[in-house]
Amino acid sequence: MSGAVYVMWLRQLKRFWRSKPRVIGGLAQPLLFLFALGMGFGPVYAAAGQGDYLQFLIPGIIAMSILFTAMFNGIEVIWDRQFGFLKETLVAPVSRTAIMLGKTLGGATVAVLQGIVVLCLSLLFGYRPASVGSVLLGLVFMTLIALLFASFGIAIASKMRDMHGFQLIMNFLIMPIFFLSGALFPLDGLPKAIGTVTTLDPLTYGVDGLRGALTGLNHYSLLLDLGVMAALVIITTLIGAYLFSKVEL
Amino acid sequence: MDGYRHGAEEEQRTSIVATGLTKRYGPLVAVDNISLSVPAGVVFAFLGPNGAGKSTCIKMFTSLLQPTAGDITLEGIDVAKHPHRARKHFGIVFQDQSLDDELTAYENMEFHAVLYGVPKQERERRIDKALRVVDLEDRRKDLVKTFSGGMKRRLEIARSLVHHPNVLFLDEPTTGLDPQTRRNIWEHIKQLNRERGMTIFLTTHYMEEAEAIADIIAIIDHGRIVAQGTISELKRRTKTKTLEEAFLKLTGKDIREEQASSVDRMRMRRRMHP
Ligand SMILES: Nc1ncnc2c1ncn2[C@@H]1O[C@H](COP(=O)(O)OP(=O)(O)OP(=O)(O)O)[C@@H](O)[C@H]1O
Ligand SMILES: [Mg+2]
Repeated sequence: MSGAVYVMWLRQLKRFWRSKPRVIGGLAQPLLFLFALGMGFGPVYAAAGQGDYLQFLIPGIIAMSILFTAMFNGIEVIWDRQFGFLKETLVAPVSRTAIMLGKTLGGATVAVLQGIVVLCLSLLFGYRPASVGSVLLGLVFMTLIALLFASFGIAIASKMRDMHGFQLIMNFLIMPIFFLSGALFPLDGLPKAIGTVTTLDPLTYGVDGLRGALTGLNHYSLLLDLGVMAALVIITTLIGAYLFSKVEL
Repeated sequence: MDGYRHGAEEEQRTSIVATGLTKRYGPLVAVDNISLSVPAGVVFAFLGPNGAGKSTCIKMFTSLLQPTAGDITLEGIDVAKHPHRARKHFGIVFQDQSLDDELTAYENMEFHAVLYGVPKQERERRIDKALRVVDLEDRRKDLVKTFSGGMKRRLEIARSLVHHPNVLFLDEPTTGLDPQTRRNIWEHIKQLNRERGMTIFLTTHYMEEAEAIADIIAIIDHGRIVAQGTISELKRRTKTKTLEEAFLKLTGKDIREEQASSVDRMRMRRRMHP
């Protein structure tokens, strides 16, 4: 069991490391967001008396890159199915749960690494962590976000036969999860409609926790963020493991 | 290791037994009440036109697909009840690719060895040996995406040997390969059968290949076995001179489905039933 989890995890890491365009592409996007949004909206934000927008935005962009990377790594199961490799893992004498867990952990690790790189890049934009503790707590939230969306991606991929639904998932799931999470704007004083939607978005709690850890600008209590995220990780992992166990070729 | 000799007592042992095996996809009966028994240590060829149900049978034998009805015993193990135990005893080369292109040949093999619980200190030796069997030892560090179709096929065969299976399933192992590679692959397979007493269950559309390598042949059409026996038995029964003629006589001369390859059909099916 542990061997299977380990090789699945390792494979995910190797694949990620070897696809340089993905690594670079995964960095270009957060940089663009930090540069365009951070610099562009900074003056307006400051004029509204909210302080430094870049400080506010950085945790949101880290969460964004983790969300995207983790989801893609989970959804990669469809590629494995299409290119045939999935058969090799499913016919091996190991449990589906082990395969699913290995893949989740691999995808999450890759996503956290990506998040750490963005965190380092944000130093260029003037971010200074308050303490080692705040970075460590930030890592906890980054890990939770990564686990949540890696397992979520696998759950979705288990129900998809091919890549045709991918655009749908991108536009109707990943984008809304990101834009409605409070990654880009503060949660205080929102109009009711969008306020309600943000409370239903799982990423909201991840972003809020990460922001609280890194900058102290949280909306909910960190304990609530931690509890919600941990519970969601457990639920999606269970659902993902169940759906993956039902995959037929 | 583990090879069984081709011996009198081995002729008695059966390696694969299927009884009343059936698979339905909605209204379509892909496999229709098939029963067969493959003695240990033989080369068994499963022949049939496109869409006859060969791959579906192999997927059920190898626990990848749940039969609608029927039982399968593999090396004395009930496949439905103990899939994990059964899986350790067979190797499989699928009809379509199942390698990870982004990993090297060695990494693909190592991945397999870990999944099958090959002890760490044994892994490298076994992998090198299997790579040598298919003449790929000097390409072990290369990414699989740089391999030709024939090399990929050989690598898949090598991979299926790493856990020392007693039974080897080969679903069209030589389709799309040049004559040299095909001959080379069959020589390896024959050798594995002879030296290790490995039971070989194969499908192919090349009748002369089946004729050259198989001890027993079963012909399947529309999900049913229409004939079974040694090559000379089949020729005698159909009063024909070659296996190809016997095959055509037994399965008729009309073409099944479109001309598209089965991989294309799989893709098409996926598009039609998302
Ligand atoms: N997942 C599936 N859903 C629906 N029908 C299927 C599925 N898999 C196979 N079939 C059908 O079952 C029948 C048998 O298919 P199978 O792949 O076993 O044929 P085959 O003998 O291996 O053919 P080929 O020589 O072309 O590989 C075909 O009619 C095929 O269309
Ligand atoms: Mg087939």
